[in-house]
Amino acid sequence: MLLAFLVAVALAIVSMKDLFSVIMLSGIYGLLSASFFVAMDAVDVAFTEAAVGAGISTLLMLVAITMTGRSEDPDRHKPFLALAVVVVTGGLLIYGTFDMPAFGSAQAPIHQQVVPRYIQHSMEEIGVPNIVTSVLASYRGFDTFGEVVVIFTAGMGVLALLSVARRPEDIAEIDSLNDSMHEQHLILRIVSKMLLPFILLFALYVQFHGDYGPGGGFQAGVIFAAAIILYAMLFGMSTARRVINQSFIQLLAAAGVLLYGSVGIVSLLEGKNFLDYGVLSDDPVAGQHLGILLIELGVGITVASVMVIIFFNFAGRRENAHSGEENEMQNNNRGNNKT
Amino acid sequence: MLTAATLAILIVMFMAICRVVVGPTLYDRILAVNMFGTKTVLLISLLGFVMGRPEFLDIAIVYSLINFISVIAVLRYSDSSIFHHSKQQK
Amino acid sequence: MDTLIETSSFLFLLIGSFLCISGGVGILKFPDFYTRMHAVGVTETLATAMILIGLMLQNPDALVLLKLLFILLLTLLIGPTASHALAQAAIKNGLKPELHKK
Repeated sequence: MLLAFLVAVALAIVSMKDLFSVIMLSGIYGLLSASFFVAMDAVDVAFTEAAVGAGISTLLMLVAITMTGRSEDPDRHKPFLALAVVVVTGGLLIYGTFDMPAFGSAQAPIHQQVVPRYIQHSMEEIGVPNIVTSVLASYRGFDTFGEVVVIFTAGMGVLALLSVARRPEDIAEIDSLNDSMHEQHLILRIVSKMLLPFILLFALYVQFHGDYGPGGGFQAGVIFAAAIILYAMLFGMSTARRVINQSFIQLLAAAGVLLYGSVGIVSLLEGKNFLDYGVLSDDPVAGQHLGILLIELGVGITVASVMVIIFFNFAGRRENAHSGEENEMQNNNRGNNKT
Repeated sequence: MLTAATLAILIVMFMAICRVVVGPTLYDRILAVNMFGTKTVLLISLLGFVMGRPEFLDIAIVYSLINFISVIAVLRYSDSSIFHHSKQQK
Repeated sequence: MDTLIETSSFLFLLIGSFLCISGGVGILKFPDFYTRMHAVGVTETLATAMILIGLMLQNPDALVLLKLLFILLLTLLIGPTASHALAQAAIKNGLKPELHKK
């Protein structure tokens, strides 16, 4: 049933021309696929999908669309070649799934080799009730480190491509623009002010409760970033910049990756493998626990600050373009008045 | 009864999708997406009870927060520039 | 006592589902944006509250109750705020209510 919904929404996305409704639909797509994950009992994945797919990516696409304009360009090239490639690849992928064992089959190779070990020993080796967290952060710690570095690199890429040098008079202008825009949102501002502490608290809960329930660094980072973005949207970009310094947050993004990496190096120095946390404490299980908490913290810091960096840069660029437009309009008006 | 409520919510979600696809104006779409989000929150908490795993409620909380934030974002950005563009084109 | 709780939970869930579906019909059938907003308001606050209270009655665990209460408060705060902002934005951008429908 949910799968049918998914297919219907995907078809609708393809057929839409108005980019704005495409964004709305893709938000729905994210929500739907997350409910699908919930129905399949994959709680942590659903958590991530909820925070990233439905929340942040919709937001970033929205900010992007305000820079590009609303309607899709008419087709200039012939789509048949692309269609053929997609059909062939899709067909091959579906053909590949025939070789896969049936869903939930106990004979599947993944159930033969590592999974029984993870499931049986994770409690005594790691001491963390949520197996997903222990696999993610301890057994597969190296992979997760790679993911964090990828996110960090993405943030740096956005920074390199989009970062804008800003003149002081621009800032004053944006301030006035913001003030006029925000006077009307009184109720929104009050309610958000009430909600913000709870959002931040909840983010911390997700961060440190990741050992016991669904959650962890990635999700908490995204929620944290979402709270900051909410603040920036309602109280103006420059107010938010005053609260969270741009260079400070860039520093934080790097610090998160460093924290993760240095935990690994400490264990290396103690004569164990990279990211083997058993050495962090006298008791290996407690050490594992401490290590997981530390690297989850690193992940959370990096994710949150990279998201905020991306948003600030996109939105800052948009407001620059916007104030430029206003300037032009004013100039035009002046010219008209003179003539 | 839980299953019946889940089914009812699924039906309402389908109706909301119809409204998003049909919706003549932008605001209809935003409204329907908002409603869809709330229904997803309900659906997830119901599913948690149906499957006997109440820790799903965490996800439901995240959803309601994210839903709010995205509606605000949509409003904020639809207010300012998209409409400016369309008016200027006219 | 148990049967009382069971029945009241059943009733709450039933009313909630009914309100949900009626709101869903409303969002499809009503003629313009503002009336649709009314339909959404019904499902968003009343039906949600009903279903969540129905769920609360089913579970004695304190943490779960607390989380459900939290969700309830959040939706009750967020729903009307979002609708208010939406209506304000719509009317500011010149979407007129349809006053005289034949």
